[in-house]
Amino acid sequence: MEMPAPNATILSKKAKIVERLQSVLPKDAVIHDEAETRAYECDGLSAYKCPPLAAVLPSSTEEVSAILKICHEEGVPVVPRGSGTSLAGGALPTADSIILGVARLNDVIETDYENRVIKVQTGRTNLSVTGAVEEEDFFYAPDPSSQLACAIAGNIAMNSGGAHCLKYGVTTNNLLGVTLVMMDGTITELGGAHLDAGGLDLLGLICGSEGQLGVVTEATLRILRKPEGARPVLMGFDDNEVAGACVADIIKAGVLPVAIEFMDRPCIEATEAFAKAGYPMCEALLIVEVEGSDAEIDEQLGLIMQIARKHNPVELRESKSADESAKIWLGRKSAFGAMGQINDYMCLDGTIPVSSLPFVLKRISEMSKDYGLDVANVFHAGDGNMHPLILFDANKPGDLELCEALGADILRLCVEVGGCLTGEHGVGIEKRDLMVDQFAADDLENQMAVKDVFDPTWLLNPAKVFPLEASEARRAMALAAE
Amino acid sequence: MTPKTEAELADAIASAKAPLRIIGGGTRPIGNPVAGEVLSTSALSGIELYEPGALTIVAKAGTPLAEIETALDKENQRLAFEPMDHRGLLGTTGAPTIGGVVAANVSGPRRIQAGACRDHMLGVRFVDGTGAILKNGGRVMKNVTGYDLVKLLTGSYGTLGVLSEVSLKVLPKTDTQATLMIHGLDFAHAVKAMSAALGSPYEVSAAAHMPDMGHGAVTMLRIEGFEKSVAYRAEQLMNELAPFGDITVESDPAKSGKIWTASRDVEGFQKADGDIWRISVKPTDGATLAAKLGTDKLFMDWGGGLIWAVMPKGTDLRAKMNGTQGHATLIRADEATRAKLDVFHPELEPIAKISAGLRAKFDPSGILNPGLMA
Ligand SMILES: Cc1cc2nc3c(=O)[nH]c(=O)nc-3n(C[C@H](O)[C@H](O)[C@H](O)COP(=O)(O)OP(=O)(O)OC[C@H]3O[C@@H](n4cnc5c(N)ncnc54)[C@H](O)[C@@H]3O)c2cc1C
Repeated sequence: MEMPAPNATILSKKAKIVERLQSVLPKDAVIHDEAETRAYECDGLSAYKCPPLAAVLPSSTEEVSAILKICHEEGVPVVPRGSGTSLAGGALPTADSIILGVARLNDVIETDYENRVIKVQTGRTNLSVTGAVEEEDFFYAPDPSSQLACAIAGNIAMNSGGAHCLKYGVTTNNLLGVTLVMMDGTITELGGAHLDAGGLDLLGLICGSEGQLGVVTEATLRILRKPEGARPVLMGFDDNEVAGACVADIIKAGVLPVAIEFMDRPCIEATEAFAKAGYPMCEALLIVEVEGSDAEIDEQLGLIMQIARKHNPVELRESKSADESAKIWLGRKSAFGAMGQINDYMCLDGTIPVSSLPFVLKRISEMSKDYGLDVANVFHAGDGNMHPLILFDANKPGDLELCEALGADILRLCVEVGGCLTGEHGVGIEKRDLMVDQFAADDLENQMAVKDVFDPTWLLNPAKVFPLEASEARRAMALAAE
Repeated sequence: MTPKTEAELADAIASAKAPLRIIGGGTRPIGNPVAGEVLSTSALSGIELYEPGALTIVAKAGTPLAEIETALDKENQRLAFEPMDHRGLLGTTGAPTIGGVVAANVSGPRRIQAGACRDHMLGVRFVDGTGAILKNGGRVMKNVTGYDLVKLLTGSYGTLGVLSEVSLKVLPKTDTQATLMIHGLDFAHAVKAMSAALGSPYEVSAAAHMPDMGHGAVTMLRIEGFEKSVAYRAEQLMNELAPFGDITVESDPAKSGKIWTASRDVEGFQKADGDIWRISVKPTDGATLAAKLGTDKLFMDWGGGLIWAVMPKGTDLRAKMNGTQGHATLIRADEATRAKLDVFHPELEPIAKISAGLRAKFDPSGILNPGLMA
């Protein structure tokens, strides 16, 4: 993956930049020692590393504003960072950039059960938002698997999803307001505790903008009362196509499960070996979870199993207790860990129309053979968001490149069948160069024009999302201005 | 002008020398008055793809909403955001189009549970002010590829681009419904009761309050789902809300349904004299604001977060909000009043600057519904 060459002028004035940042921040909030900046050299896409010029850790919106003002004046690129769990390289620095980490901005500002909202600083982790309202039996719905570590800041920037988004939506559907600091230091508010912020939907635009339009320091999030209970049913099928048809039938029948998760044979085999969840060995496994009171769950699971039986499942296991539920989820939840045990892996994130599932799985297995790399599939079947995991050996020369080429082919396949490159992880650097496969030049130009409005000199996370050639003229302008 | 294809639409815009007034079915004339030649999307019509098993529909922007609803109904599905029909309130006739719903981000009572129109939008195709044909999003349910211009275009009232095609997420219809009615509450207690209901685990899908306008005040809560589940949740809620007062239940789904179409379309105010305002606030602020407005013609939806108010002609309702966070839209008033008061709530300076900057990028010569929003 190519990154733009660092700007020599910026590198040469490091001392001055650091000094200016130190003048607006406490001493321990400016990290510039080369050994220490390494802590920020990569995110979850750890194949790519580059220590930043410096990292800053502000503790207030005002400090964020002061930092951005300085960087704006000095023409220094800024890479916002939450917890650094991005799988797309969204928080990867360049050598001439400042990492602006929001980890110290982690307070709860207000919990308001009557209006069902919580206002937090965005460095707070996803899980600890729920943690703050759990006592009253409320929760924050979007639940990325990384929720223990990832921050609301990153969730907003990537519009992250989770296993339960079939029912509750992704981040953008649960975000009501933000405090936004623009690259020139201007602080402003979008939305609030009311619904549908007025005017143009700038809140909707900020969510998913990958740190390229502004730095989000505070967020008002919708919280929900916990359901009375939830239980899954596990089903196994001999055929991917049949499993796919079963998913469509469940959806058509009018039950709206909170989650429908899918695993294919390679994935089942790997997780069984690792977690021993007692999964049946078959071609496709579905976990379907519903919520409500016990009686409501029984009724919905009854209906779902009735549908499943029509598709001749090789296994149908209804959970009757919390223990049994945990057992059913165990394998799915350890899928990524299991893969990690076997080998290095790359996790893709394309979305496809659910109807093309059997075709796409068949093509992936053919491609996997052609490339000589194993691919296991786990995914959110209700919404077509696939997570093919490509296994490779990072120590074997050329294997990473091979894996990336296969990944790119799989993502192109997703686009070909009417889907997209990324359902929840974001573009970052990882899918930047594939954007031309999904968008026409005019579409990309239109999106870049939006960045021009928010960040005219292209200093915020500049080398992400758009192919480098496409953004080159704009990034060059920024350098010239500087 | 009534282009029949997306290419004709692009040509029409590319060759336009003067402002255009963009309409779908013309049933929602919301916004500051716009002078210009009418450009109608009504001939860009037809459902292009409907996959019930994938919960997805794609249609050209001028497709009549009724056609979409009929198609969905056959598969026992619906647009879960329950778009309001503005015809009664605005005194318009004609056939609402799906593009109009999207351009105005029209939602209804279920917005508090299922989200607004923008939350169900998957993709758009549109023509910008230079005549370029653009797309964003797609037809799949999860998509974070590039910026979310789908949301930006939704609710932009044709000021950023003219929609040619929209893709939406649809959801299954529910089996049945019931409405709980708590009688005789004032605004403050009504909001408390609605908050309690919406903060319960019983999945209330709508919560509205009609103050006493001659028939007694009533606070309404809708529950939808399978029959046994609806009965169970209604009973649980009755118990929890008993301290608020007398509760009755409408369990005939047809009658319950009528209550919510009436709320959705603000039927109570359709014949009222005066200007009609739509205010979005934090629900608990709704209770305080209701008292401040000095009119008894108020109706609350969204658990108190949406207030419909009838005000004497030409009154600047925003002045009475003094500082309440949220926004007020002047939905119905004569042209002079709309020109004088601004239909949309004035924005904070940095936001206004961004909005103007975006309009200048999407529509550099200012020909798409110029001035409609700001
Ligand atoms: C094991 C594992 C499982 C995962 N599972 C899921 C999953 O189920 N669903 C899912 O959606 N994702 C998942 N992810 C991806 C990742 O966790 C999400 O993208 C997450 O939202 C990133 O949050 P973060 O705080 O770590 O952000 P970072 O990685 O620090 O940054 C992500 C992006 O946000 C920008 N950003 C950070 N802070 C700000 C700010 N304050 N203002 C503006 N922009 C900012 C950055 O510049 C970057 O572009 C997973 C990752 C891992 C490692």
